[in-house]
Amino acid sequence: MIGRGLERALGILAVIGLVTGLYTGFLYAPPDAVQGEVQRIMYLHVPLILVSYFAFFVVFVTSILYLARRCERHDAIAHSSAEIGVLFTALAIAAGSIWGRPTWGTWWTWDARLTTTTILLLIFIGYLMLRALVDDPSRGATFGAVLGIIGFLDVPIIHMSVVWWRTLHQPASVLRPGPSTVAPDMQVALYTNLAAFVLLYGYFLVKRVRLEKARWELIRLRMEGAA
Amino acid sequence: MSFVRRVVAIARKDLLAEWRDRESFSAMFFFAFLVLFLFNFALGGDQTLIRGASSGLLWLAFTFTSVLGLARSVQGELENDCLDGLLLYPAPREAIYLGKLLVNFTVILVVELVIFPLFAVLYNMDLWSRLPKLLLIAVPGTIGFAAAGTLLSAMTAGLKARDAMLPFLLFPLTIPLILSAVKGTEVVLRGDPFELAVPWLKLMVAFDTVILVASLLTFEYLVEE
Repeated sequence: MIGRGLERALGILAVIGLVTGLYTGFLYAPPDAVQGEVQRIMYLHVPLILVSYFAFFVVFVTSILYLARRCERHDAIAHSSAEIGVLFTALAIAAGSIWGRPTWGTWWTWDARLTTTTILLLIFIGYLMLRALVDDPSRGATFGAVLGIIGFLDVPIIHMSVVWWRTLHQPASVLRPGPSTVAPDMQVALYTNLAAFVLLYGYFLVKRVRLEKARWELIRLRMEGAA
Repeated sequence: MSFVRRVVAIARKDLLAEWRDRESFSAMFFFAFLVLFLFNFALGGDQTLIRGASSGLLWLAFTFTSVLGLARSVQGELENDCLDGLLLYPAPREAIYLGKLLVNFTVILVVELVIFPLFAVLYNMDLWSRLPKLLLIAVPGTIGFAAAGTLLSAMTAGLKARDAMLPFLLFPLTIPLILSAVKGTEVVLRGDPFELAVPWLKLMVAFDTVILVASLLTFEYLVEE
């Protein structure tokens, strides 16, 4: 059982993290030598996308656990994590699009990683739509678990296919072997924001799982009332 | 009875039902034909343009058409409690999945085999000499599409919005497959050396393997009760 205390602590830490993130992103870190001020979108874009990949990984793991153990809690975490993942991915794509306009000269491009991420977003929007349509909660949970597993397993194949097709994105600067290509001051801003968004994800997740439990409780009480 | 014979028995039942009313096949065939026909107007009747885009157009027709057949494969079992009967059949759940997959694969492949020559006639292309190579691309493409479609149709069957939901789940998942099939078909239709299609062929085999293994492991959870 995750207590209210943890939820409150995560919420406060997330707010502190986000405020510090804004400070480091806008004031502490220097403007980019080539791109200028617009590069500061990175401090929003990169943490959002990294946390949403993590959120979908959580969906994958908890989906497997749900099929193996049939525990409602795993399904509640999977469902909640998928919702947050969809929100963060959509925001990351929007932020990237705003960043892309002045630097790449276009709002949208059929670049490999952008295309993969958008397909991932579509798969998990489908996941949420399916879950909304299935009335029986245990069937919905099972369908969601199967879709969460397959959707995640599909990502490397989607990525391979679109990489062979075309690529334009700058190479990954954080998640890559060897030393980072980001300047130290910028790294501070980037990691601060990353930590802030991880905390925000944790806060949303705990809150959303608690809502889900309240919903079950309500269904149970209604059934008792009807009986 | 061995596992394979049970799979064949389930497939035989569905193929027999399909043979008697030819409901899926005729719906798919006419739809595919109409799509082919409409390409001409969508692209302003420009024959060179259509021939240049032919591999993409063909697969667009195949994917849109396949959804019609896939949606029926499990939906049909919901009428008259057929699904309960099917679940009583003394076979592992995987046999039901493979049987359904076999039928979906066969029906889609037959539609493709009818559409290839029709396309060749309508747009004056030489497909006959390339048919063996085309099949080498079309078969793994169709296996993957039918495998994902069979699994997902078990989820969407019975839903109110099933006709919208199946393509919504199926198309994003199968994008790598569609992309590979289009690229492979393009290589064959252009008459380029077949080695250029091999990476795409490998990608399709990888997709087919992942989706088949994942489906076999999870299908039993979708049809329980």
